[in-house]
Amino acid sequence: MISIENFILITILVPLIVCVLTPFISKISILRDCLGPIGGVISSWGAFNIMRAALSNQSTNLEIIKIAEGISIGFKITPLGAIFGLVASFLWIFAAIYSIGYMKGNKEKNQTRFYTFYAMAIHAALCIAYAGDLLTLFIFYEVLTFSTYPLVTHKQNEIAQKAGRLYMSILVGSSVILLLPAIIWVWVATGSLEMSKNGVLDGKIDVAYTPLLLAMFVFGIGKAALIPLHKWLPAAMVAPTPVSALLHAVAVVKAGVFTMLIVLTNVFGTDLLAKTGASEWLIWLASFTLLATSIIAIYKDDLKARLAFSTISQLSYITLGGALATSMAIQGAALHIITHATGKITLFFVAGALYVGAKISKISDLNGHGTAAPLIFLSFFIGSLSIIGVPPMAGSWSKFYLMLGAADSNYIVVIAVFCISTMLNAFYLMEIPARAFFFKKERDINLKIPKLILIPTLITSVLTILLFFFIEPFQNLTSMMADKI
Amino acid sequence: MMDILIKNLPILVVLCPLMTSLLVVLIPNIIFSWGLTTLSTFLTFLFSILLYQEIQIHSYISYAIGKWIPPIGIEYIIDKVAIIPIIIISGISFIATIFAYKIMPEEIEKKSVSKVYSLWLLAVAGLIGLVTTGDAFNLFVFLEISSLASVALVAMGAQKNKQALVAAYNYLIIGAVGATLYVIGVGLLYGITGTLNMADLTNRINDLNNNKALIAGFGFMIIGIMVKAAVFPLHIWLPRAYAYAPSAVSVLLAATATKASLYILARILFSVFENSENLINNTLFFVILPLSIIAMFAGTIMAIYEKDIKRLLAHSSVAQIGYITLAFSIGTKASIAAGFIHMFNHAIIKGGLFIAITSIGFYIKKRVTINNLSGLGRAMPITFFCFVLCSLSLAGLPLTAGFISKLYLIKASISSDGIWIAILILISSALSVVYLWKMIEVLWMREAKKIVINENPKIYLSLIIITFLNIYFGLDASLVVNGSFEAAEKLIGDLK
Repeated sequence: MISIENFILITILVPLIVCVLTPFISKISILRDCLGPIGGVISSWGAFNIMRAALSNQSTNLEIIKIAEGISIGFKITPLGAIFGLVASFLWIFAAIYSIGYMKGNKEKNQTRFYTFYAMAIHAALCIAYAGDLLTLFIFYEVLTFSTYPLVTHKQNEIAQKAGRLYMSILVGSSVILLLPAIIWVWVATGSLEMSKNGVLDGKIDVAYTPLLLAMFVFGIGKAALIPLHKWLPAAMVAPTPVSALLHAVAVVKAGVFTMLIVLTNVFGTDLLAKTGASEWLIWLASFTLLATSIIAIYKDDLKARLAFSTISQLSYITLGGALATSMAIQGAALHIITHATGKITLFFVAGALYVGAKISKISDLNGHGTAAPLIFLSFFIGSLSIIGVPPMAGSWSKFYLMLGAADSNYIVVIAVFCISTMLNAFYLMEIPARAFFFKKERDINLKIPKLILIPTLITSVLTILLFFFIEPFQNLTSMMADKI
Repeated sequence: MMDILIKNLPILVVLCPLMTSLLVVLIPNIIFSWGLTTLSTFLTFLFSILLYQEIQIHSYISYAIGKWIPPIGIEYIIDKVAIIPIIIISGISFIATIFAYKIMPEEIEKKSVSKVYSLWLLAVAGLIGLVTTGDAFNLFVFLEISSLASVALVAMGAQKNKQALVAAYNYLIIGAVGATLYVIGVGLLYGITGTLNMADLTNRINDLNNNKALIAGFGFMIIGIMVKAAVFPLHIWLPRAYAYAPSAVSVLLAATATKASLYILARILFSVFENSENLINNTLFFVILPLSIIAMFAGTIMAIYEKDIKRLLAHSSVAQIGYITLAFSIGTKASIAAGFIHMFNHAIIKGGLFIAITSIGFYIKKRVTINNLSGLGRAMPITFFCFVLCSLSLAGLPLTAGFISKLYLIKASISSDGIWIAILILISSALSVVYLWKMIEVLWMREAKKIVINENPKIYLSLIIITFLNIYFGLDASLVVNGSFEAAEKLIGDLK
């Protein structure tokens, strides 16, 4: 019987081991390529067990390194962390398989470096999921930023360099200038770096300062991509598609909204937020981001750019749920982490498949090619439905809860925001399968999708349907989160 | 035997390099003179470790030179504060000496190598002496020994680049002015108190609160030391001196030279003048605090626009000294501790960066400018990797030593209601990422020129050691943190 501490260690250390091993076996490319999927299976097995432990309300405190008095790197299990950890590690399996197909199919250079930092980024994301205190969270938040830099600039050309600069300056700048002092402020105010289920700040900080501190957190968490900090995400799309798929639709951005939710619920606490109304401005900012980026998405002809703006908009759903601070809204926000992840990763997989298959990156070039690769476009269709929130796709659950939450807190306008955004989603996502299947073909292309790309794409699209029916364990977890409030 | 050794440790840490410096000059052979220097710096380091252990037991060691009882005779004082710069100086000089082995004969004529090592040890002896002495005038003597030795060392760079002469001349003149100001201050204090012993001065200053001569004396002393510590705007000697000195000398000076003076600054502010609270508080708030903030930004911005990498790192040092003096100027126990933490961490960070850059210069046989770095990262992976880690440490990335400094600095400023100071510190440190990233980007991104470089273990050994220290003290900082807090407590007592 493996103890729960060891499961945490397995889950977070396996990606690190993969990262360290990869450069040493770079000569044997088959072995090197297989490390990712194998690591993903072991890691998600650990994450699955952690989730079971979280469901049965087991708790643990695991201190790994004591840096100095009062500062340590430690891990613990929270319901939200269990969800995020499982999503990141489980989807890593498919993203890793997909990467092999993509990198080979595209004949990319420096594949060893790519796999090394890819695993490193997963490691950082999982450490964020199980972070035991605010400092551990911050440390791995930064590690995640730095480990993804070589991935974003993988092509090592002028455009990649520019994108890399924007990426680093927004993410590092915001986190160092605002997030770090905000965390230390909490540390000074409460005397510890702990987080707790009901928040730690109530009564510890002058009420007049709460909106300021919240603003420091919100604008410090650049990974959540709220306007005006969103620009790094479209820029990061210059990276190879497996990076955009797993990291910039799942691990990195979800780490951002995960941090945001943790801060709203476990640092401030929904009671404090409701009492002081400190998060009201955040509701409006998130709503604005949500609508504005949906509208921008419509005008993007580049498929990955459109998906990037759609991601920004979907991230704001989660922030908005946290800011509403009602039990239902928080549940919806937490569920949206899973449902959006599976949907969006499918869409990115398709984008990458089209690029590898026929170097298509523009939506206007898709006309009539549906019949050449029907399964790929079907996957895109399913993923889109989930993002839009149509049953029986997973995405419908989270939208349902978010709307309930908005109704609970009497923000009728927010419900309208959700409805408008759903229409916009449908408008910009449905264009792709519509063009592929119903428009006239303009030119003949040879669209050949490698199996290693097709299979993960199909699996994740099936997952979005399965999740609709098997959402219960996740729902139990999120309601555990909400119960404590 | 062991007993005598331990009893005499406070003098041994100074005498060991001082005496060997006289011996080294007699040995013409490059390898032997290097060997003796290494042995001497190693012994000094060993003695300071032993001294550290002694301090853990006794917490205060007073050593009367020649058995003349203080305050008549000269007294050496080692306490929990002094031990920090002693360890920094002796440790870094040991690592720098290892690094010098291959680099030094490349840049210096064969016949002058042993002379350089002699000056090298003299500088180390002077710096350690500065820290150990408890006598205000003896301090001036060591100040001059270390400065003159460093000036001569910088001037040795002239064999490669004539600019070194200008740098050394600047350093000499400005340093001499600083030392003179300091000694005028000491003279004034001696005039009104009749003592040169620092502990004795503390007691006698007690009832002289509004004495004009005291204030003037204090002003002279502080400004003199600020010149040596390169506190903005008295830092102008520093960038050139670091940039044109021989490579190994840059490493030694960058990591150690200003640390001793910063320690003296803290000692004068918080210990010698601890009874003139008004004077100190005004100085901290109206002089040191604003100057430090300007230094943080001026140094960083100068570094961003600098093309020559050694000068860039020197400008960055000015900014980093600004962090340390800023920490002192907040004046609480936590902030002074943060200052000492950063003093230690900055030594290993800057030491590492200078070693990395000068080894790159050694490999490419050219002056290291930003354009010369193109694509070299792939040609020298070990050096590049260490350089990146040290840069991240300077930027304050988590899991490195630099993060610990930043963490305590921010915490100290927030807990004394200075959230705006915290934000300023962080903005400046985010700006420092700009120049670090500029270098990393060029090393990594640009097309590699077709050059093959064989990295030499004799050169990267010291780099790896110091990089390891950067990571180690980021993961287990309790030694540094506890030491610094004890030092701060010793300095300002439980007053604040």
